[in-house]
Amino acid sequence: MSATGKIQGVNGNMLTVEFDDAVGQNEVGYAWIGDVGLMCEVVRVRGKYVDMQVFEDTTGLQVGGKVEFSGNLLDVELGPGLLGQVFDGLRNPLHRVAEKCGFFLKRGTYVEALPRDSEWAFTPVVKKGDEVSAGIALGTVPEGIFAHKIMVPFGIKGPCSVEEIAEAGKYTVEKKIAQLKDERGVVHEVTMVQNWPVKIPISCHKERLKPTEPLVTKVRIIDTFFPVARGGTYCIPGPFGAGKTVLQQITSRHADVDVVVVAACGERAGEVVETIREFPELVDPRTGRSLMERTVIICNTSSMPVAAREASVYTAVTLAEYYRQMGLSVLLLADSTSRWAQALREASGRLEEIPGEEAFPAYLESVVASFYERGGVLTLPDGSTGSITIGGTVSPAGGNFDEPVTQSTLKVVGAFHGLSRSRSDARRYPAIDPLESWSRYPSVVDSNDVAMAREILKKGNDVAQMMKVVGEEGTPIEDFVTYMKAEYVDSTYLQQDAYDKVDGASPAERQKHVFGALARILATPLTFENKEDGRRFFHRLTHLTKDWNRLEMDSADFGKLQGEIEDIVSNPTSVSG
Amino acid sequence: MRRVYHRIENISGNVINLRAEDVTYRELAEVTSRRGMSLAQVIRLKGDEVSLQVFAGSRGVATDAQVRFLGHTMRVPFSDSLLGRIFTGGSVPRDKGPVLSDNLIEIGGPPVNPVKRIIPSKMVRTGIPMIDVFNTLVESQKLPIFAAAGEPYNQLLARIALQAEVDIIILGGMGLKYDDYLYFRDTLDEQGALARTVMFVHTAADPVVECLLVPDISLAVAENFALAGKRVLVLLTDMTSFADALKEIAITMEQIPSNRGYPGDLYSQLASRYEKAVDFDTAGSISILAATTMPGDDVTHPVPDNTGYITEGQFYLRDGHIEPFGSLSRLKQQVNGKTRDDHRTIMNTMIQLFAAYRESLEKLAMGFRMSPWDEKLLKYGKRFEHEMMDLSVNIPLEQALDLGWAILADCFEPMETGIHSSLIDKFWPKAAGVETNP
Ligand SMILES: Nc1ncnc2c1ncn2[C@@H]1O[C@H](COP(=O)(O)OP(=O)(O)O)[C@@H](O)[C@H]1O
Ligand SMILES: [Mg+2]
Repeated sequence: MSATGKIQGVNGNMLTVEFDDAVGQNEVGYAWIGDVGLMCEVVRVRGKYVDMQVFEDTTGLQVGGKVEFSGNLLDVELGPGLLGQVFDGLRNPLHRVAEKCGFFLKRGTYVEALPRDSEWAFTPVVKKGDEVSAGIALGTVPEGIFAHKIMVPFGIKGPCSVEEIAEAGKYTVEKKIAQLKDERGVVHEVTMVQNWPVKIPISCHKERLKPTEPLVTKVRIIDTFFPVARGGTYCIPGPFGAGKTVLQQITSRHADVDVVVVAACGERAGEVVETIREFPELVDPRTGRSLMERTVIICNTSSMPVAAREASVYTAVTLAEYYRQMGLSVLLLADSTSRWAQALREASGRLEEIPGEEAFPAYLESVVASFYERGGVLTLPDGSTGSITIGGTVSPAGGNFDEPVTQSTLKVVGAFHGLSRSRSDARRYPAIDPLESWSRYPSVVDSNDVAMAREILKKGNDVAQMMKVVGEEGTPIEDFVTYMKAEYVDSTYLQQDAYDKVDGASPAERQKHVFGALARILATPLTFENKEDGRRFFHRLTHLTKDWNRLEMDSADFGKLQGEIEDIVSNPTSVSG
Repeated sequence: MRRVYHRIENISGNVINLRAEDVTYRELAEVTSRRGMSLAQVIRLKGDEVSLQVFAGSRGVATDAQVRFLGHTMRVPFSDSLLGRIFTGGSVPRDKGPVLSDNLIEIGGPPVNPVKRIIPSKMVRTGIPMIDVFNTLVESQKLPIFAAAGEPYNQLLARIALQAEVDIIILGGMGLKYDDYLYFRDTLDEQGALARTVMFVHTAADPVVECLLVPDISLAVAENFALAGKRVLVLLTDMTSFADALKEIAITMEQIPSNRGYPGDLYSQLASRYEKAVDFDTAGSISILAATTMPGDDVTHPVPDNTGYITEGQFYLRDGHIEPFGSLSRLKQQVNGKTRDDHRTIMNTMIQLFAAYRESLEKLAMGFRMSPWDEKLLKYGKRFEHEMMDLSVNIPLEQALDLGWAILADCFEPMETGIHSSLIDKFWPKAAGVETNP
């Protein structure tokens, strides 16, 4: 029998509740208004009172109102049928909620994440008498493009023997497909669905490995200059309008991974709608199937309940962990982690905790760190490897990176893609700052070439700064050429037209080829009579290279244009005059 | 159950405290004192202690004032008879029309299920090149004008509202100067638009807290019209007044401020209003144009800053024109690929060159010699400022694009613009006598 309680206070979405029996930290309960129960979570216990944050609008609650505790932590259903779905932060499937409630979200409506009536074609991979343990596959069901592994529940401790296993056939998720007996003689009935508390990492692996393999995003400035590794973490801080969301949308389409979990956390609903509406129509070039089949969306946008924002990132990472356990490569994109941090701040304020910087709670840093720590490459119980790569955007107040969320994040991630207002104002997209950003992961192209290009970018920037002081006439021509080279790399390689079919997505092979050619051009000493000649030459070179970027790599014109580019570089005076 | 109380224990700022039972969170109460009656709303419950924010302000409220709990939250009447009417922020008629009381709807209703939204796809034409060409407005967009006090943002709002082809205009005024209120009323009237307009106007002279109701009332009415299939445009001016009213209440309630006195939930508060903008699957739409004045002309001020993170772009109004830098319509790409082949290219190229022009201007100001390239940019920039940026320009999109090509061809060689060859071939004005791609 779970505890019950009585509301003693209401302050925004925070309740003070007097309770009668044992309750646990983070236990879920329901606060009742008439026949509607609003889900809430214990966030603090003080004597005979608990503070609970409500995941819904609290209008209409009153002192003396009833609260029922569930005995459970906030958890999520794991099983076949998650892919392709759109959930809110509390993992309600929004399409089925819409069937029930129409245009608006109705508070207190909770729908199972996995449909109970769908049948899945199960094929066992173990037999009676086999020894298994948590995370080991008992069988598989086809889910879209994968063989979805039905695994021994992650919470089961120690080895078990398989007492019963279902024959190949079609089953619904709640149907028992296996019976296991553990060392202590306890019998476990296993279905295709298991629940897992979202705030606790699924820990069911042999070993954690260092992320080293590049994860290709097809964004040149990322893969070449500031790469992301499979199983690594990265962040994208930037002022509003600098391109964080577009960058994540591009990545969610093109990234070379098996599963993408999109956590739309506390930002615009309209942006998620684009993904929801467009992905089913877009073809994933890796599989030839719709992009939606590899995507799960957790959508808790800014006008949805604030407390559920925090839950949404945990729900997202738990789903990512589940697919990683199947040996898949998963990408989790969270936009924006600042909104989640703000939700923590709101809760902390209502609990009257001692505030840290900008009123964020003192534990912000450890919360951020433990979230990113849930990424990583693992060797799984069956010997395969799976990975979660986490990319989070950060929305710093005033666009100033010197604020608590950005700083806490920078301490724990492996790559930093800092977006700059001046680049986005100048429409230099993607507006990743090439001088400020960094990555600890290996590039898809030759690292010496990258080092040379970065050197030129840096020098070019120095020259540009100098030119502001001494003017163009006071700048030596060699410096001017360096500046033009830097501008050339910037406009033909760092900048990329997200809306062009070819330019928009540059595979690793293409980056190797093009960057190799670019590096040769950069290494070519170029001299000009005067700056006007130099400028004319680089305008021409830039123009040709941009055209080149728009040609399919296997087209005849691609080779032809490259020849033309190389020709003018070997004979620069042909352009001037 | 007792619903009427006569003993107020604390009065602080515009918040009063009393002991009462069976009160529900966010319920309304009527507070009657010698000054008259005001609505108030429950903002905190703690045991039998109830905190109420008093919309007409607490000035003159005595400890023995009568507090009567109404048992419901804020509601407004909704029907077609709203059209052509003008109300206060508390939805009391400001015109001479009758009090409406039928078909009451709740304000501040639940959010739209994201899967019931559709991708916005209809361009809103304004005749202003800085909008139509460079930052196209889209039906269902939410977009503020960022401006320092004194800029003609209300004029711009009125002009867009009149030019846009919408069914219904709702004006939500917060801290509006009386003159500006009259300006809106008279302008809409002159253009024959008053009959499709509803106004909820809180003026600078009204009690501060009352303006908190304006966005919710305006948007609740808009939502009901949109559900009935109407295309609704909501003008909210000035949202900074709204944020300041939030700040005032937060400080009274001793909430820990996050940034310059504003409460930590400023973002969520603003978002829950702006996110009412929507294009409904199988019904109408709500677009929101707001004014956000920037104290000290500083966009990093918490109000514009939080707003920018919420809205789908912003127009910076500076020195009477829309600034090309910083101004942004995030939805433009939903429509500008379908207008004309050259739209996006003209948009990008002209802005990039304008950025280069600004650099040349800086160099000029520092006294450096102008290279031939600088000279070209200077000529270009001047034309751009006069023929594109000036707010008096009023031409359709297509004409503005043609003008763009004409300006480019007058100032540059095709190659210098960085425009893709295929577009140069198609659009570069041949008459200018410039060779195309050699
Ligand atoms: N890579 C890009 N290419 C072209 N335009 C872009 C790109 N990134 C951003 N933009 C433009 O900037 C706008 C804002 O980008 P967005 O990603 O929404 O910013 P943020 O999430 O940082 O606030 C977009 O609507 C688009 O117009
Ligand atoms: Mg964004």
